[in-house]
Amino acid sequence: MALITAVNIYKDYQTEDVIVHALQGLDFEIDPASFVSFVGPSGSGKTTLLNLIGCLDKPSTGKLTVAGFDVAPLSRKESAAFRGKNLGFIFQDFNMIPVLTVYENIEYPLIMVQNIEPSERRERIVKMLDAVGMADQRNKYPQQISGGQKQRVAIARALVTNPVLVLADEPTANLDSQTAYTVIGLMKKMRDELGTTFIFSTHDTKIVGEAEVIYRLVDGELAGKEVKGGSAHA
Amino acid sequence: MRNLFKIAIRNLIRYKRRTLLTASLITIGVVFVLVFVSISGSFKAMITGQITDSMMGHLQLHRKGYVASIDNLPLNLNMKQAAYQKIAQILRSNKHVETFSPRLKFGGMFSNFTETTNIRLNGIDPEAEFKTAPLFPSRIMEGKPTLARGEILIPALLAKGMKVKPGDPVVVVATNADGSVNGKQFIVSGILESATGPGGRDGYVHIEDAAEVLRMTETEVSEVAVRLKDFSQLAAVVRQLKGTVMEEVNKQGQPMFEVHSWEDLSPFFNIARMIDVMTFFIRIMLIAIVIISIMNVMIMAVYERIREIGTIAAIGTLPGKIRSMFIIEGFCMGVVGAIIGVLIGILIIGIVNLIGISFDFGQQKGLLLTAKLSFFDLLFVPVIVIVVAVAASLQPAIKASKMEPIEALRHV
Repeated sequence: MALITAVNIYKDYQTEDVIVHALQGLDFEIDPASFVSFVGPSGSGKTTLLNLIGCLDKPSTGKLTVAGFDVAPLSRKESAAFRGKNLGFIFQDFNMIPVLTVYENIEYPLIMVQNIEPSERRERIVKMLDAVGMADQRNKYPQQISGGQKQRVAIARALVTNPVLVLADEPTANLDSQTAYTVIGLMKKMRDELGTTFIFSTHDTKIVGEAEVIYRLVDGELAGKEVKGGSAHA
Repeated sequence: MRNLFKIAIRNLIRYKRRTLLTASLITIGVVFVLVFVSISGSFKAMITGQITDSMMGHLQLHRKGYVASIDNLPLNLNMKQAAYQKIAQILRSNKHVETFSPRLKFGGMFSNFTETTNIRLNGIDPEAEFKTAPLFPSRIMEGKPTLARGEILIPALLAKGMKVKPGDPVVVVATNADGSVNGKQFIVSGILESATGPGGRDGYVHIEDAAEVLRMTETEVSEVAVRLKDFSQLAAVVRQLKGTVMEEVNKQGQPMFEVHSWEDLSPFFNIARMIDVMTFFIRIMLIAIVIISIMNVMIMAVYERIREIGTIAAIGTLPGKIRSMFIIEGFCMGVVGAIIGVLIGILIIGIVNLIGISFDFGQQKGLLLTAKLSFFDLLFVPVIVIVVAVAASLQPAIKASKMEPIEALRHV
């Protein structure tokens, strides 16, 4: 059974004078434990689509099912609860909480969102810190570590809640190419170890190659699907 | 909850200068209010104590209509002995009344044999009077702190003007109720310090001497001064006594007596009320300071952390928790400002008492102010500050919790 099912998804934005058709009739399915990338130029609808999948926004029409839930009818509070339980986020700008240490940033969703017991919390964080190679930096504050290290922490924070799906919007956009490869490699490794589905958006053609399933978006439409080891057009 | 506090405190520390400035503003406000409340409250209590304990008593009973004509000291509105006995009976049976003192007030001429002037006199039972107004003896500046038959206590200004000193003979002449005139020689037993308020410049003689001067066959009473066991019960006792004495009616069915607290009789009560009004407005100012400073800081905090709010909302933090986070920041600033303010306030009040501030009030010179803070104020002021700090954080906190994560994340 697919983890995500999108049926005829449209998303329109009303600006001052015109209606912007950000997504136009998308249909796709994403399987559990897959490593998927949405690629396309700026304005193609990548971020809009990730926001819909991440329950941060609602489609104008169409049906979107994530982890078995039709997410469109969820209220604001229900969406927040759904995200906290099922999803992990990795942001382009890392979005660390500056007043918390590396350890505390990873701990944050466990305390504030999932209310996990201290002993289990400690165990999970230590495991994540080791997995992303940040154990020795645990007491540093975000402003004391590099961009690549921040993104590692962001990966750990996204995964520590055991989500079924991690969404990463342009996760390598603010990193040099070497670090970008390392970060994508780490995401893949985590997928292999934990079985978590990763979806990321990018316009970096080199990074795209790391994905196992690639969806190409052009002007809000699905222009093609490429599966490693074969190609299929949408 | 502990973690919400941890994040709130770290966010406050993150903007050290701003937090320090806001907390200092609250601290200064709290200090100012506490010191003002303490000094003005102590001044009020002290003057009230001076007025009630050296002269007026806590409350007074008169025959109906006496107070309206009190400046004339009308002899025809005195209580007869039978009426006074009724009052005495009522007062004796009241558990809140500690003691009471009958007074026979009259106006007369005062002569030192070379000069004559007018004088207002109170005939008193010294034993009862000294119990009802325990500070009365302390007003006797010269002479002996007693009053025997044939002796008179005269106010300082009169003694000075008439060049009279303790031990001198003087004559008091008064018009009686029937219109005839009578005189009696007295020996000055002491000079009385003037006190602020009605009766503050009166002379005193023994009540039996007063009755003799006025040629009364039985001693009449103009007023009965009452001292309560607990001053804080004043309003309740006045209410209670009013109810009781209203039952005493004359032949026409009209009430025979009237009851007045010191507040009804002393003009200082208006000053006391003014002090209360000023204290009230000072408190309002403190509330305004806290609201404006906390709200300003919290609005800025929310604006500066929009992306952070977007991040925590995106990863699933419920709106209630986001709201709490900002409210706790306001709460912490209120608590820190209030606690430091209370500590500094107590220190300043201690210093004020150590230095010893003295002041003059009317003719009373060198009154030493003892600033005190009630437990109520010590608790009320910081609690109000904290409650207002939380209230001031509400609007920015609600705004933060209602932010759409997608828009907050887009914020630059």
